[in-house]
Formats: sequence, C-alpha cells, structure tokens
Amino acid sequence: MEMNEFRDLVLALVQDGALGYDQKVRRLAALATDALDYPALSPECREALDKRVICDLYEGHAPFTPRYVLPDYELALANGSKHLELDAPLVLDDALAFLQIMYTHVPSVTTYPVYLGDLDKVLARFVDGITDEQLDDKLRRFWIGLDRMLPDAFVHLDLGPTDSRITRSILRVERSLRQVVPNITLKVDPLLTPDDLLLDAVHTVFETGKPHFVNHPMMVGDHGPRYAAVSCYNSLKIGGGAHTLVRLNLAEVVLRHSGGVDAFLADTLPQYVALTSELIEARVRSLVDQQHFFETNWLATEGLISIDRFTAMFGVFGLAEAVNRLIECEGGSGRYGHDVSADQVSYRVIERVAELVAARPQPYCAGGNGTASLHSQGGIDLDQNVTAGTRIPVGEEPPLLQHIATCAPHHRLFPAGISDIVHFDETAVRNPQAVVDIIRGALESGMRDFTFNLDSNEFIRITGYLVRKRDLVDIAVSGARHASDYLAAGSEAAFHLSERAVQRVGCHELAPRLRR
Amino acid sequence: MSSLHGFVADTVSFSCVDGPGNRFVVFLQGCNFNCVACHNPQTIACPIDGASKARLRTIESLLTQIGQAAPFLSGITVSGGEATQQASFVGALFTAINHDAGLQRLTCFVDTNGAADERTWDDLLPVMDGAMVDLKCLDPQIHYRLTGQPNDQVLQSIRYLQRAGRLYEVRLLLVPGVNDNPALLHRTAAWLAAVDPAMRVKLIGFRCHGVRPMMPELNEASAADMQAAAAVFAGIGRFAVTVV
Repeated sequence: MEMNEFRDLVLALVQDGALGYDQKVRRLAALATDALDYPALSPECREALDKRVICDLYEGHAPFTPRYVLPDYELALANGSKHLELDAPLVLDDALAFLQIMYTHVPSVTTYPVYLGDLDKVLARFVDGITDEQLDDKLRRFWIGLDRMLPDAFVHLDLGPTDSRITRSILRVERSLRQVVPNITLKVDPLLTPDDLLLDAVHTVFETGKPHFVNHPMMVGDHGPRYAAVSCYNSLKIGGGAHTLVRLNLAEVVLRHSGGVDAFLADTLPQYVALTSELIEARVRSLVDQQHFFETNWLATEGLISIDRFTAMFGVFGLAEAVNRLIECEGGSGRYGHDVSADQVSYRVIERVAELVAARPQPYCAGGNGTASLHSQGGIDLDQNVTAGTRIPVGEEPPLLQHIATCAPHHRLFPAGISDIVHFDETAVRNPQAVVDIIRGALESGMRDFTFNLDSNEFIRITGYLVRKRDLVDIAVSGARHASDYLAAGSEAAFHLSERAVQRVGCHELAPRLRR
Repeated sequence: MSSLHGFVADTVSFSCVDGPGNRFVVFLQGCNFNCVACHNPQTIACPIDGASKARLRTIESLLTQIGQAAPFLSGITVSGGEATQQASFVGALFTAINHDAGLQRLTCFVDTNGAADERTWDDLLPVMDGAMVDLKCLDPQIHYRLTGQPNDQVLQSIRYLQRAGRLYEVRLLLVPGVNDNPALLHRTAAWLAAVDPAMRVKLIGFRCHGVRPMMPELNEASAADMQAAAAVFAGIGRFAVTVV
C-alpha cells in the first residue's frame, strides 16, 4: 500500500460520521497491519488471492491473534487468574464479575470474544441456594452488560444438551430483553434433550431469533465432548480454536475450468485446494512462528488455551454456482437443490475437497488431527452473485423436506461448521411442536446445524448473527451501536433483503476493513 | 383389494396447521358437503366423475412417501374432501401405519366435517388417534345454507368421538353475518361445553382465498369479529380456544 493511499484511508476513517469510537479504533488497527508485507506466497497463490478465488477474510497481513479463541472458562473460574489478578470465585456474583472481566481480555480477529462459554455448565456450581427469581435478576443484569459492552452478534455462547435451571433462566431473560448480543447455540442430543426444553427454545426463537440447534452426537464424534459453536456456525474445541479461516470460492474455480465434472475433480479442484492450503499454512506459520502468539498471550501461558487444541479452517462457498455451471458444461440443465444428478455432483465435489484437505498436513493443527478443518463458509458483505457455503441459492429453495434432503448429506463433511437457514411462516408460532418435530428430524437426517427464521420476526438473521430491523433504519446518518449492524445495513442496501419473500441471506462474516 | 386404493387429491409432506406437531397430510377427493366457504373446492367433486385431478393411490405408495418424511413428523392427518367418504381406505392406511415398524410411532388423525355415521367411526376408532371436526353451524337452517346438508350427524359425531376419547378439536369457521351472531355463538359454546367443558376449540375467520365466487359475496372476518367470538367462548366452559 502506498503511503498516500494509506493516509487517505486513515483520514476517511477517522472522519467517518457514522462510526463510533471503538469501531474506528478497531478498523485503524486493521489498516495498520495491512500496511505490512503479506506472508510469503507462491506467485500462483498470490494471484488466486488477488483475484479473490481464495479469500483470507481480511484477517490482516500479519496475524497476531488466532481468528477464533475458545478459552476454558470452567478452568479459569476454578483456578482464578494471575494475569487478571482475580481469585477463583466462590459465589455467583463473583463468578459473573470474573467472566465479565475475562471477556474483555479474550482476543480474536474481531478484537472481542466470539465465545462466552457453555454458561449452563460454567455457572452450574454457583447456583445452589439461589432461587429462580434471583437467578433471573442476576443473569438479566449480566445480559444487559454483554449487549452494551460487547460490540456485535458474533459473540456466542452455548447451552445443552441437558436441561438445567440456568438454561431455562437464560431463555427467559432472552425473551424478556430481546437483545442482539449474545448469540446462542443449543446443543441437542436426541436422548438427552427433552422436548420440553426444545419447545422453550423454539418459543425463544419466535421472540428473538435465537438459539441455533446443533447435532450434539455428531459434534462429539468429530471434536470430542469439549466443543462449542462460536461466532457463526464455527464448531471448534474448547480450550482451543482456529488460527485462521481461509475460504475457496468454488464458483470462481469453475470459471477457470474447461471440461466436465471428472476433469474438474481430477485437475482443477485439487490445484486450487492446494493453493488455499498454501495460504492457510503461510498464515498459521506467521501467527505462531513470527508473532509468537502462543508464547506470549496470557490465555496460553495460564493454560486456558492450548495450541494442541487449535486447527485452521478451510472454508468453501459458491457450491451452487459451481455445480450448476459444471452441469451446463456437460450439456445438462439440472440445478442444485432441484435435480438429483446435480445434487450428486455437489456431493462429489465436497467429498473430493474433504479428501484433499484431509490429505494435506498443516502445522500447529493438532486440534484438526494435523490437517485443516472443513467449514462451509457463509460469505461476506462484499460477495456478489455467489451463494453462501453449500447452501441452495436464496429464492430457489425447494420445499423444506427436499431442501433438508439435499443439504443434509454435506453436513457430516464439515466438522468446523455448516449452515442452511430454513424459513417458517407465522403459522408455526401456533404449533411450536411442529418446529420441534422438524428440528429432531433434521438432526436425525444428518444435519449438523439447524437454524430457522420466522417471517414476522423483528430479528433477521444474516448467517449466524442477528440484527434487529429497527437498528438498520437511518444507519448511514446516525451510526449503530452494534458493529454487525453495519454489515447488515450494507447488504440490506445492496440486496433489499428485508423485501425478499424469503429472508435467508448470504453470510456476512466480519470483514474488518474499510469499504474501498 | 379395492379398499387398498384411494382417490387422493393431493399430499403435503409437512403441515403445521393440520393437528398436533408436524404432520403429513393426505387430501382425499370427494365430499358429501358442498360448502359455499370451502377453501379447497376442487376436492369436492366425486372422484369417479372424472372432473377432478385426483389420482388413484395405493397404500404402499403413500407409505413410501410418508416414510421419507417420517423422521420429521408427529403423525399423519387424512383430510379432504371428506376423509370418511373413503373410510375403508383411511382405516386400511392407518392399520398399515400401525403395523409398520418404522411408522407406528406416528399418530393418525382425521380432519372431518363430521357427517359420518357411528358405524364408520366404530371402524376407524381402533386405528385412529384423534379427529378434528368442523362444525359449520349449530343452527340446522344456517348449516344447510352453508353446506347443503343437515347437521344432526355432525353433532352426533362430536358427542360420539368425545365419549370415545378421540375428539381432538372442534373447529368453527366463522363467516361474518352468516354464522357469527353472538346469541348463536353463545348457544354453540354452551352446547360444546355440555359435551366437554375443556374442549379444544379453534375459531377460524373466513378468508376468501381459494373460495369459489359467490352471490351474494361472503365477507372476510375482521380481527374485531374474531375477538368478539373469542370473548363469547371465554365466558363459557374451560375451553382451550385458538383464534386463527
């Protein structure tokens, strides 16, 4: 970057009337690292990055923090922290204060925690002798703090799969406050999660658009019991996390391919998977070997995270466009989600990606068994004309049963997370058991995550994170408190999302940079 | 073997408006009523007159289709048309579901206009988990105007199914100015409360969507109309009332 360009960007940023102070500070930091040299890459990898066939999600030129960090909060509360100068708490008030303090010291590419803990378990030993009413009061105060202190809806906590007083209290508080922060995932096990809890959670989705529902047995199979869903749809190990997320735009890869499906799987796809893997390795080595994150950060030195539980995320998106074009190239007309042969091509593509990623060792990725972990990536606000992850394009979704039947076979291949957002009309509100039935069926059919939107909801879901419709009004003039509102406002302006009959939209994972 | 075939107007894999939970719905062709307010008038015609688009379906083909949706379902509902017009087919379908290891956890419901005799119910009761019965109007004359048929069998069915423990819900389709005057609704609520004071009652406001053009035109129910109707029911019995 030339100095003049850099100065112009900084000036535009500091003078931006719609950005708050914190938001400016975060973006200035991102700009500063972008002024450094990028980790060394081969010319082919560099070109693929420049042409956005591969995308590093603007994590910065010199990664100095892992993308997603999942501290072991239970351990922190048990041991206390030298770094924070806090003793192990003995009562709920102290535990909540401890967590609130700790959250402000958890790094990520977004500068704030994307994981707040499995709070039902983290707080379990502090609630004996506290009535439900007292618990609601205390959590309510804590909850307001989270929403006002943490900047956006990528802040995530997990609950379940078993029922608990804390879980029920959190759902009550959620329904009463209707906040954007935090986002929530409920872990669902067909044997451990009672219908009654699922019904309570479904009622909460009707009110607030949260929680997501994840397939606990499938997650445990991939990660072991200590896992969590964080940020949006990223499933990783507790006490670990992800160094980086690099994503491959399958739609762009197909544009660089001539020939049919077999040649794509044999030649073109492996070539770009290799380039993506190269970029992942360069970024991981930069973080670990150059910036020495794990030798210096307090979470690592106090044992609250361990590099052995980290992985890197290999994201893919644009599968729908890729499949449709491959079918066209072979003279067919079937479309992904509507034609069995097109769906079969989609499975072959993803199985091939999974096979290639599993065969490519990555440094410092013991958390992914020595390789990167596959992730169906939702997209960012700069993506145009390309469908999130492995989803069926917005507006083209087939009826729900067929939709799930098409998408479910992909889910087992994405241990680091995948999402398909389904949509219910308002009649579901009068029959929440129907939604519970569908959640159970979807998880039994092999879906890793089940997320639904309700037509009439005041909250709209932009991949994993939520925005309140009323927060989008006049954002250009008056700014917004939640950073994710800006991302949503950008896509709202570009795609008129809220005017669509189906409000399932492309993902907008954080793009921590200026619009250029 | 004839009982193993049914005239099926359509099927819906997922429905959250046809009974408890998510349900697979089979709409049978043919109805013994001819309601002016019918939302699916294409399903009224007798299946053998050739005018309908209904298809002759086997139990096996329906079981295959239900099997694909089964993990997502609380059960199945047979609607119509009028389900009981093809009662032997409905009975055979429910029996087959009850005997299928993969499907037997599904509950089997009938959505009916209630115009069926006790023998028909006696055949279905052993294999049926519940019925949702439409009561178009308590007043026989108005009932006749709305449906072209008397209502004595409907009222009998409601009582009979309740005694058999299979009455899941009674539904009232309220057409403003026709069957919603407060005195009539009061009598209706009292009659239903005498059958079962804790009955599940669904009050449905008439909507023009799907309905055949009528002279004179029927009016849609407003939110205020429905509120007024709900208020009448709130004053009587211990009904679980839903307003749609």
